[in-house]
Amino acid sequence: MLALDKVGKTYPNGVHALERFSAAIPQGEIVAIIGGSGCGKSTLLRAVAGLDRASTGSIRIDNIDITAPHEKIGIIFQEPRLLPWLSVADNIGFGLSDLPAATRREKVAQALARVGLSDKAKAWPRELSGGQAQRVAIARALVPQPEVLLLDEPFSALDAFTRRDLQDHLLDLWADTRPTLILVTHDVDEAVVLADRVLVMRPRPGRLFAEIQVNLARPRDRASPLFEAVKRRVLTALDRSLDRNVPDSAPAETVGAWW
Amino acid sequence: MAMTLDTTAPDVAETREKPASNRRWQRFARPALGVVLPLTLALAWELAVWSGWSNGRLVPPPSRVFTTIMELARTGELSRHITTTLSRVTAGFGLGVVAGTLLGAISGYWGIARQLLDPTIQALRAIPSIAWVPLFILWLGIFETSKVALIAVGVFFPVYLGVMGAILSVDRKIVEVGRTFRLSGPAMIRRILLPAVLPAYVVALRVGLGLGWMFVVAAEFMGASEGLGYLLIDGQQLGKPAQILAAITIFALLGKTTDWLIELITTPLLRWQDAFRPGGEA
Ligand SMILES: Nc1ncnc2c1ncn2[C@@H]1O[C@H](COP(=O)(O)OP(=O)(O)O)[C@@H](O)[C@H]1O
Ligand SMILES: [Mg+2]
Repeated sequence: MLALDKVGKTYPNGVHALERFSAAIPQGEIVAIIGGSGCGKSTLLRAVAGLDRASTGSIRIDNIDITAPHEKIGIIFQEPRLLPWLSVADNIGFGLSDLPAATRREKVAQALARVGLSDKAKAWPRELSGGQAQRVAIARALVPQPEVLLLDEPFSALDAFTRRDLQDHLLDLWADTRPTLILVTHDVDEAVVLADRVLVMRPRPGRLFAEIQVNLARPRDRASPLFEAVKRRVLTALDRSLDRNVPDSAPAETVGAWW
Repeated sequence: MAMTLDTTAPDVAETREKPASNRRWQRFARPALGVVLPLTLALAWELAVWSGWSNGRLVPPPSRVFTTIMELARTGELSRHITTTLSRVTAGFGLGVVAGTLLGAISGYWGIARQLLDPTIQALRAIPSIAWVPLFILWLGIFETSKVALIAVGVFFPVYLGVMGAILSVDRKIVEVGRTFRLSGPAMIRRILLPAVLPAYVVALRVGLGLGWMFVVAAEFMGASEGLGYLLIDGQQLGKPAQILAAITIFALLGKTTDWLIELITTPLLRWQDAFRPGGEA
């Protein structure tokens, strides 16, 4: 269980990026966070990853306070961020340096096969396409088997076809160990295809605006009327979140405190 | 879905293998291109003197320079001068690199150290290094110590600046990858920072080495009884231009060889670089 309790962040330059964000995310749930640019999505994710510290509130995973990067939490950024001086295989094994070499090699080989890049094991990152590089980044984050995987607009730099391919692929990988996924996106389609629950945020200061359950069976058919209906609900919430005349539908605490 | 093609496309052999003839051309012909110009000029000058178009007294032809080198080599003088100069450069380069790397790393890594050290070092850097010569001679005498010190000063600054600048420009995004995997301080340095600064460090070393060769000449001008710089001065005072050109040629060869050595040692470490290589891979 990942529990965010009234998480707030004010940057040293005075920008109030996030205010009283609360949510409870049970193990294995896929949550999509969607919202306009600058509404604090990255700020929230970086706080959960322990890369930045929240100014107020608390982030707890299984009752452990997160104030620094934690082994149970992995993150994938918008850019693959592969280490250019390591081969693809060594990049994937980067987080496994504590393991004996043989075990590590085996896990890396499995992960490479799982993301369909076995033939690229010895390649340099510069020799990969954007989609392949992001797949390596996913494998690198998943091999240490985190309980929570954070994804900050992981597919937004890719073309539409590669993006769809990777979305399906991510679900496949998720099914292996069922980590909690928190996916930041600005693509409504992506949110509805992947998530069990969509959280809509609104800016200035960044806060939770609405919450939409996606009760659709997987694999989801992007063309089905039910899918379209959920998409429309998310779009409407998104539109309202950006309309200054709409008051906060529910104070962030109430929305987050459904549990 | 059609796009899964991307995962399975068997393009392993795409770039690694090139035809053998092509590779041989890369191995030998490309470097050979570099000697075409100097060889042509040398040959032209040789012909000009040989045909009597110039008497070659002030600018001796390559053959005479070559004879001078052979003569110096035969008497054993040449190896003595080369050894002396090489050991001065080695000692000065070594000291300069160690000091520059340490202080550069400290200044790059710790903000407080940078605020404390860097202004002073930058101020010292503004002094033309040759200006230290009189002081070094007063402090350290006219023998080896002052010479090595001058060379070390010349090498220090580019290495210091290179290391500090490289550390300061390491991509935060890549450091964050290290942080998410909870690397300890030393592991962060070994697994992220060192590899990240290596390309810039190699450049700093090569610039430093170039300055080392420059300053060894200056050092040997200030009173030396042996060394290639001494050969230069001696050739000037005794009116032996062939000896001067011989020394200059040896400087060129040594400078190029030591630079090439650095390149040779570090190239395998930098294969991963995704750098712009105008005119194809060198
Ligand atoms: N390091 C930072 N320092 C100061 N302000 C920041 C920093 N990072 C983000 N911000 C500000 O915080 C707000 C939220 O940013 P961010 O979380 O990146 O938004 P999003 O990811 O939703 O687009 C923005 O107004 C942004 O300018
Ligand atoms: Mg963002």
